[in-house]
Amino acid sequence: MVILKLREKYEIPIEADNISPDIFWDKSRSEIEDLPLYYGNKEKKLGEVFEVEGEKSDQIYIEGDLSKIKKIGFGMSRGKISIKGNVGLHLGALMKGGEIFVEGDVDSWAGAEMSGGLIRIKGNAGNRVGGIYRGTPAGMNRGTILVEGNAGYEVGGFMRRGLIVILGNVGDFTGVHMIAGTILVFGTLGARTGAGMRRGTIIAFKPVSLLPTFKYDTTYTPDFLKVYFHFLKKQGISIPEGYFLGPYKRYHGDISELGKGEILEFQNESEPKRT
Amino acid sequence: MEINGVWIEDTYAEAFAMRASRVLITALNEKWALEAAQSMTGFATSVIGCGGEAGVEGIETNETPDGRPGVNILLFATSKKDLQGQLLQRIGQSVMTCPTTACFNNLQGEEWVSVGSKLRFFGDGFQISKVLDAALNPETGRERRFWRIPVMDGEFLIEDKFGVKAAVGGGNFLILGEHLEVTLQAAERAVSAMKKVPGVIMPFPGGLVRSGSKVGSKYKFLLASTNTAFCPTLRKQVPSQLPEGVGSVLEIVIDGLTPEAIEIAMKAGIQAACIPGIRKISAGNYGGKLGKYHFYLRKILT
Repeated sequence: MVILKLREKYEIPIEADNISPDIFWDKSRSEIEDLPLYYGNKEKKLGEVFEVEGEKSDQIYIEGDLSKIKKIGFGMSRGKISIKGNVGLHLGALMKGGEIFVEGDVDSWAGAEMSGGLIRIKGNAGNRVGGIYRGTPAGMNRGTILVEGNAGYEVGGFMRRGLIVILGNVGDFTGVHMIAGTILVFGTLGARTGAGMRRGTIIAFKPVSLLPTFKYDTTYTPDFLKVYFHFLKKQGISIPEGYFLGPYKRYHGDISELGKGEILEFQNESEPKRT
Repeated sequence: MEINGVWIEDTYAEAFAMRASRVLITALNEKWALEAAQSMTGFATSVIGCGGEAGVEGIETNETPDGRPGVNILLFATSKKDLQGQLLQRIGQSVMTCPTTACFNNLQGEEWVSVGSKLRFFGDGFQISKVLDAALNPETGRERRFWRIPVMDGEFLIEDKFGVKAAVGGGNFLILGEHLEVTLQAAERAVSAMKKVPGVIMPFPGGLVRSGSKVGSKYKFLLASTNTAFCPTLRKQVPSQLPEGVGSVLEIVIDGLTPEAIEIAMKAGIQAACIPGIRKISAGNYGGKLGKYHFYLRKILT
């Protein structure tokens, strides 16, 4: 394992896309220390920013307040990064595989345009979790993001495939222009959920305010949800028994777009059941 | 060699290379999972006349992908292509049609065939794909894709690809008894014991064959005909393999995911079948010239 300890807290952002299992796995300690990071517009060596222990490993452990450290795990395809502390922008953006685990909060664009792997965040996430960079036609393509706290706006925007699970609340425009994929939100959702959705699934476990371009279909309990719950339980996520049983109201939309997206809204058992 | 006074012939069963899949059917409750399973495995006794050989795998399923009651089915065919055809037909006609069912692959395959990705077109453009990343499936390290097909009772959920592996078909043994009733009793005991062995099925009705066959016929248009050497009514008319005192013979055919599973099942079945009234246990082969696998009875039982 390679261990990085932040030497001091920074106010100017540092671009750290060289912190990746794909880069560390075959490098000696001195080679890791010599890797360039960008402190604003100036180059610094990684060893000036972090104390380094270990070498030649695709398992990385990082400690410290990394709120201004950006692009950790950018494009990674293997191994694991475990972080104790808060993390800056673009964590795991464009990653293709491997795992990132954060015991803290993360800033915006976590997992943006990822195409594989797993990101698990114990704290809160910023905006555009699993989101898209401007100018790209589609966002997250594969992979899984689990956020145990809250997340900001535009979670899963332009998502093409994959799974995002937010155990807390989310902001506005969740699933905006979603192409496909699945988003589960266990807390409350902001406004304009699913705006511009073409396909894809948003599952809301609390009442959700819907745009007029979403139309009610039926109330039922889809079996695929049980499959998701089963796999999430294996990840240690607790799923209340009632969620397995449902039922869920199904709305399709956004009919101002293709309209084959769906929002499933869990029906609290205290409400009268439809017959 | 004798077991409980029953003579074990020094012979072997000759079996063949096949391809197999394991299908897990879940449903609202065990009743409907079994209904679908029984329908899917109907008319699947022999690849010769039925295209495939299938049966419910007897071991109970404790864990299913959706947490609902489930039943495992093993399906065998002579080639990967034939197996895919059988999966498509049987799942499409017998599982998708059955209320509340879902259908999953339950085999880590050596190869993979498209099933859900072909049946999805029944959704007429309204089908929905759902993908679970490999990271959520660490046991196999594989991504899993499922198809949600809209149907009248809600949705039919089916896995995109099913695993295929090399397997063995045609393990067998013959139970030679004094009369029909005791032979049937012994055979039922054997099948009951064999159903507890994972990785095997006995594809014939109740696991038993009463009309075993031999290669060849007096009729040019037939490749196989009744096993005259084991027919009690023909004892004095043809070269017979029936000792005195044998009035009835039943055969058990076993298909298995591995040769080892077949050996375990044969051992369990033969031991269970050796009861008073049974004179001999034998097996069917083709002189060793056709099948890749030879299961020697005495070697299995020691």
